[in-house]
Amino acid sequence: MHREAIKSPPTSFEPRPHMSHRRQNICFYAIKRLVMAVPVIIGLTIIVFFIMALIPGDPATAILGSYATPENVAKLNEQLGLDKPLWEQYATWVGNMLNGDFGRSYNLNRAVIDEVLERFSATIILAGTALVLCSIFGLLAGIVSAVNQYGFVDKSVTLVVLVGISTPAFWLGLLLILLFGVQLKWLPVSGMYEIYGGGDLPDLLKHLILPASTLALVATGVIARLTRASMLDVLRQDYIRTARAKGVSDRRVIFKHAFKAALVSVIPVIGIQAGFVLGGAVYVETVFQWPGIGRMLVTAIATRDILLVQGGVLVVATCYVFFNLLADVFQNLVDPRIS
Amino acid sequence: MTNEASSKQSKNRRISVFKLLLRNRLAVFGLVVLAAIVTLSLLASWLPLANPDTTDLAQRLKKPLTGGHWLGTDHLGRDLLSRIVWGTRVSLAVGITASVFAALMGSTIGIVSGYLGGRTDNLLMRGIDMLMAFPYILLALAIVAVLGPGLMNALYAIAIVNIPFFARNVRGVTVSFKRREFIDAAQLSGKNNILILLTEVLPNVLPVIVITLSTTIGWMILETAGLSFLGLGAQPPQADLGSMLGEGRKLIITAPHVSTIPGCVIFLIVMSINLLGDGIRDTLDPRLKAGALQRPAFRTQTDLPKRSANLSTTREILTVESLSTEFHTGTRVLKAVSTVDLQLCPGECLGVVGESGSGKSVTALSVLSLVASPPGKIVDGKITFDSRDLLRINNQELRTIRGGRIAYIFQDPLSTLHPLFSVGNQLVEAIRSHQMISRSDALGLALELLKKVQIPNAEMRAQAYPFQLSGGMRQRVGIAMALANNPEVIIADEPTTALDVTVQAEVLRLLKALVGENNVSLIFITHDFGVIGQLCDRVIVMYAGQVVEQGKTNEVLQSPLHPTRPSSSNACPSSGTPTKLGWRFPVCLRRLTTCQLAVSLRRAVTWWLINVNWDR
Repeated sequence: MHREAIKSPPTSFEPRPHMSHRRQNICFYAIKRLVMAVPVIIGLTIIVFFIMALIPGDPATAILGSYATPENVAKLNEQLGLDKPLWEQYATWVGNMLNGDFGRSYNLNRAVIDEVLERFSATIILAGTALVLCSIFGLLAGIVSAVNQYGFVDKSVTLVVLVGISTPAFWLGLLLILLFGVQLKWLPVSGMYEIYGGGDLPDLLKHLILPASTLALVATGVIARLTRASMLDVLRQDYIRTARAKGVSDRRVIFKHAFKAALVSVIPVIGIQAGFVLGGAVYVETVFQWPGIGRMLVTAIATRDILLVQGGVLVVATCYVFFNLLADVFQNLVDPRIS
Repeated sequence: MTNEASSKQSKNRRISVFKLLLRNRLAVFGLVVLAAIVTLSLLASWLPLANPDTTDLAQRLKKPLTGGHWLGTDHLGRDLLSRIVWGTRVSLAVGITASVFAALMGSTIGIVSGYLGGRTDNLLMRGIDMLMAFPYILLALAIVAVLGPGLMNALYAIAIVNIPFFARNVRGVTVSFKRREFIDAAQLSGKNNILILLTEVLPNVLPVIVITLSTTIGWMILETAGLSFLGLGAQPPQADLGSMLGEGRKLIITAPHVSTIPGCVIFLIVMSINLLGDGIRDTLDPRLKAGALQRPAFRTQTDLPKRSANLSTTREILTVESLSTEFHTGTRVLKAVSTVDLQLCPGECLGVVGESGSGKSVTALSVLSLVASPPGKIVDGKITFDSRDLLRINNQELRTIRGGRIAYIFQDPLSTLHPLFSVGNQLVEAIRSHQMISRSDALGLALELLKKVQIPNAEMRAQAYPFQLSGGMRQRVGIAMALANNPEVIIADEPTTALDVTVQAEVLRLLKALVGENNVSLIFITHDFGVIGQLCDRVIVMYAGQVVEQGKTNEVLQSPLHPTRPSSSNACPSSGTPTKLGWRFPVCLRRLTTCQLAVSLRRAVTWWLINVNWDR
């Protein structure tokens, strides 16, 4: 396709109706999914709002902590409009958020949105790396183990998968710290950068290896397991026999024909795993002192910094919605039948 | 079915399920480990253990196996073994309670939602979707944030977060049961909805609840431990495994045993539950069982007797001699094809007819070792093509013959064309597997092929995916693909069966013209005598995996020797349209196939049919 495009003279406007049609379809689908995400995000805000509204006792006291002065409590009550009906409170709250006002963290004396976004970028680096790692290794392990079904590789992959999905991430993190940080002294075990003189990309990557691998392990297991199953399913289909009857080599049958078909059922699961990775970041960030949003949430919950929790949860959940959206669009890219 | 009988049956089923479970070695291992851990934690108060809360600062951070402490002591000098046993008890109790809670709530929502349907269903499921839109642990964190840290609150949080899994799974099954007759019968008999839910629906969705429970319970124990690890679950002095790990984390360098050992116990618990859960799932839901899915290899396995390579050049382009193909499933061996001989001359069209399951397709697929394997296995035979034995050549040679010199056209082009590649792409691939030409040249050839099989607007259709084409169009693509590399032999395996009659006629006309034009030899498999009459020079009749009759088409059609085949005069209805035939003779026997006696009788009759000399 590519070569043809280069060959054809630039003056010829040969229409390629279907190709552009397909591209158009994908764009249309992406926009459709984007529109469909709006009610989901509204739903998220409703749930978060009402969970927070469930806080027993006086919300202002809960937000300010039990040592707050009565004046502060009264002022906050007025600020939050807590005397108004719930739906009006909700509308004001959403309106403020649309203006980028998530409230103020009284413990940190900082706007919630600033703190959340700063922490969130650290989490995205960690979770994104983990997601890439688990997709690559999960898919590879799944394919290899399906191709060598019941062979040695298959059995070892099955074992690793079993161990992977049963291992608490926080425990694995500690073991890795013990091995690579304390015993072998190969890798740094906490933070995102060296405190003195760090800050460049290699420094970040070095700090990223252990936490990202820890975070990726569980998801790798799940993806490998599913890839194996769907590869085995696909390889029994008639169109694989057709490909073989055409004289296509075994390698091409596996990596092109079967893999593409297997991807259709694996991609949504990778989307779901994004949620587990984002959530699992809470543990890994705590173990490795990673300055991400998970650790911020844990601290905020312990200090009962409700507005910070609210903002953090909303941002991560919205991000998850977009991960799933992305997975859907990818799936559409692979499978033209979905619309 | 009476109630008594059904309860007896379900009891039997339960026993057999348990037996099956015991056969799964990994599941048994999980069961044993889990049972040991549960027993230990239940017996905690009777075991000779130190008080888990007695502090002794003089004895702090002792290494394992020192000073009467098997697993050492923690930072307050408390005996670690004792704390782990008691902590395990707390962890298990909390995890299991959370699971039961989630299962109860989730299943209730699922059953009600699935059974009532309509607006209730919509509302409940949208709510569940919203909960699932949150990253798993995050929602638990939000709930703990509201309720405040504490073991009970962690329990609630984990339970709520897991409700959606149960609700969705259970709803799915309930919906499928709702339309079944026994529910209708119960409704007609005047039972009220609650009673129906409890007595008719619940017993049927129970396996799904058990499967979901067995696959999520390990996860829930892990997550409760996780919340405690973060300091949001068990609060001191209360301790579960997670909080012990969390406290010990700060001492990871000086006293690693304080945190690693509780982690190890969590790992053991979760792994044993997962093993057991997988076992339960495989037993209750055999579709997912590992052994049920087997990957077919590049070529059919062979187990051929050694024999001298006696490959004489003959007039025939393809000869099959005493081909025997079997299917091996578990201990059962099914002989699909036994000692089949056939010869194909250059330019000839050979028809192969027979009822379903008579071994026509397996014979055809065996020619290029395309029988799915496992379970297929070719156990005897010789297939000569171009003075080579196709059963004994290496994979590379086989690959070049497949689609290059011998090509296939398959029955249902919707399932036999790859759904995710455009038609043009699949044709290009067929061409480029055998001809060293560039992609764009191959695309040109592909378009030519599409025009050759009379597909209008070929440039546009080449970009289409199989699902966008009609059945007739797809089969034309199938034919184009077979012709792609100018093969010498085409094996068409019921190419018109999936098409309606008018399209069938068109496709046949096309096939006939192309075969004549390109001087291709054709093996045409069908159960349709009308088609054979139109197309084939010679015909062989197969029955029960063997060739029972062969000869020139009009001779065989006009004076059938074999009793399984009716004469052509009454085979085709007067309208003249080709129709599928029902065999006359074996019907009376086929009705009895369930009975062992009939099977042996049928075998005897077959033997007799074959060993009487029918040859002309």
